[in-house]
Amino acid sequence: MVAAGLAAAPSGVEKFPAPIVEYHLVAPMLLVFGAAIVGVLVEAFVGRSHRYRVQAPLAAAGLVIAFLWTVYLAGGLAWTGIGFLDPDEKAFHAAAMGAIGVDGPTLLIQGTILVLACLSLLLIAERRHSSFAAQAAALPGTEAEQETMASGFTQTEVFPLMMFAVGGMLMFPASNDLLTMFAALEIMSLPLYLLCGLARRRRLLSQEAAVKYFLLGAFSSAFFLYGTALLYGYAGSVRLAVISAQLGRDAGSETLMLAGVALLSVGLLFKIGAVPFHMWKPDVYQGAPTPITALMASCTLVSAFGALMRVYYVGFETLRWDWRPFTWGVAILTMIAGAIIAITQTDLKRLLAYSSIAHAGFLLTGIIAVTRDGLAGALFYLVAYGFTTIGAFAVITMVRDGGGEAAHLSRWAGLGRRSPVVAGVFSFFLLAFAGIPLTSGFTGKFAVFKAAVEGHATPLVVVGVLSSAVAAFFYVRVIVVMFFSEPEADGPTVVAGPMTAAAVTLGVAATVVLGVLPQPMLDLAGHAATQMFVR
Amino acid sequence: MSPGHYLALSAILFTIGAIGVLVRRNAIVVFMCVELMLNACNLTFVSFSRMHGNLDGQIIAFFVMVVAAAEVVVGLAIIMTIFRTRRSSSVDDANLLKY
Repeated sequence: MVAAGLAAAPSGVEKFPAPIVEYHLVAPMLLVFGAAIVGVLVEAFVGRSHRYRVQAPLAAAGLVIAFLWTVYLAGGLAWTGIGFLDPDEKAFHAAAMGAIGVDGPTLLIQGTILVLACLSLLLIAERRHSSFAAQAAALPGTEAEQETMASGFTQTEVFPLMMFAVGGMLMFPASNDLLTMFAALEIMSLPLYLLCGLARRRRLLSQEAAVKYFLLGAFSSAFFLYGTALLYGYAGSVRLAVISAQLGRDAGSETLMLAGVALLSVGLLFKIGAVPFHMWKPDVYQGAPTPITALMASCTLVSAFGALMRVYYVGFETLRWDWRPFTWGVAILTMIAGAIIAITQTDLKRLLAYSSIAHAGFLLTGIIAVTRDGLAGALFYLVAYGFTTIGAFAVITMVRDGGGEAAHLSRWAGLGRRSPVVAGVFSFFLLAFAGIPLTSGFTGKFAVFKAAVEGHATPLVVVGVLSSAVAAFFYVRVIVVMFFSEPEADGPTVVAGPMTAAAVTLGVAATVVLGVLPQPMLDLAGHAATQMFVR
Repeated sequence: MSPGHYLALSAILFTIGAIGVLVRRNAIVVFMCVELMLNACNLTFVSFSRMHGNLDGQIIAFFVMVVAAAEVVVGLAIIMTIFRTRRSSSVDDANLLKY
């Protein structure tokens, strides 16, 4: 057979078909990657004092144009005649030789990531209190660091790194084969590992967060890759559709298949921070510069959930009865552990990290339903949670004392008397996390839990509601500390840069609108979910 | 030798790598163990490629090599920085963030 292959090679080379890439369908990703590459060139060729003024608008333009293009693509899908009842197969696109899926849910996820990345960019570009080291190579506590701080320069490599990460995030949920997904996972993660280590203050913590995130992230992606290898062995292809078809035929080695699915799930669940693969999340969220934490807590979570849904809905849909019990266990553990460990936290960033773990559990209940309603609910939840979490981290960057951000809970005592507006806004975000009615958190939780009940996962919903109640306790505890305790004499002050203030305002606006008037967004999510994921 | 032997070898290599990540203390050695895991994956891909008679697995192995190289660049930069700051690359010394 090998000899036949060799003999056929010369003529085969001539006939080798050039891959067809539908550039207009993958343009949002290409725009973001293009902006990142231009950003690298700007670092090389533009003088240090001008870089910020070039880099920040460049990144913003890349994200905004990519978002408009995504809206255009989504509109195009709608115009080609996909009704709610009769999804037209031809409207599904699988671009780039089937490697990239362009469909309703993916476009909604990509649009969400782009909008949330714009908000994070506002925090990253804030100059009034920069969160990034003047020069990462200058060691903490040395003269070199003093000099670079005094010179007033800021690290502008942050912008291209962030754009590469966002590009990877756009590709991750769109990948229709596991190799593309692995590449996207690494494109997304590698810049984030670096960004975690760039904090201006508390640099030892920041570097430690980077090392921990890197080692654990690389470990988990090795599991993802081994899972991919075993599934390749099972199905003879890494294409999700082929794996799904092979599962439907019930052929091949079941051991390979189950081991592959399990290892692949480890890699994906690590990225969303589900228990027991959550250990990195509190450390990294606390140590990383807060704007990067906001980026990870919103965009990375949205992207990782998108990829998880694509793998489970497209690849392993026929295997539902095998993976559902496993995912049930993970969801229950995630909700309970996230809510209970958060009670003991005294650092606000760490508290929000555990809250993010608990929210990952709530989202998993929506995914387990494996229905269109579940998908729509999870999509709505992701949008709502993303805006709220960026707003909350933005508020944390504003409350500062001599040592930078005052993230310790005790330092926030009496903030409600000192700065009632900021404390009020933060309380509002916390209530949205808790899922109080008239906030987006309530609508999201309701949508997800409703889908889970209809998908016969009522015990999960009971656990979800109970852990929401536990979670409400520690959110309210923060509010009590802010409003009902005496302010310290040397307490932190609120420094509101214009861009951070804009990000907080947008976060509040989205949380209110999605809470009071959720119907347009619910319709959008429902409409996107009617198409499901393309194969 | 049948491709099955290579699969067994790659599973053993992957396990050695995974155990190494869990028990070793030096960040560089931990990282080398991760690379061993990635290479075990490559061996699996190539063996399965041979068994299935298609070239997908071999091409994937090239992609993985490129990704692993990029990961080395980022990883060594991060480990270097923390070593210069603390004069130690032990992962047990990185204990400021906990609970």
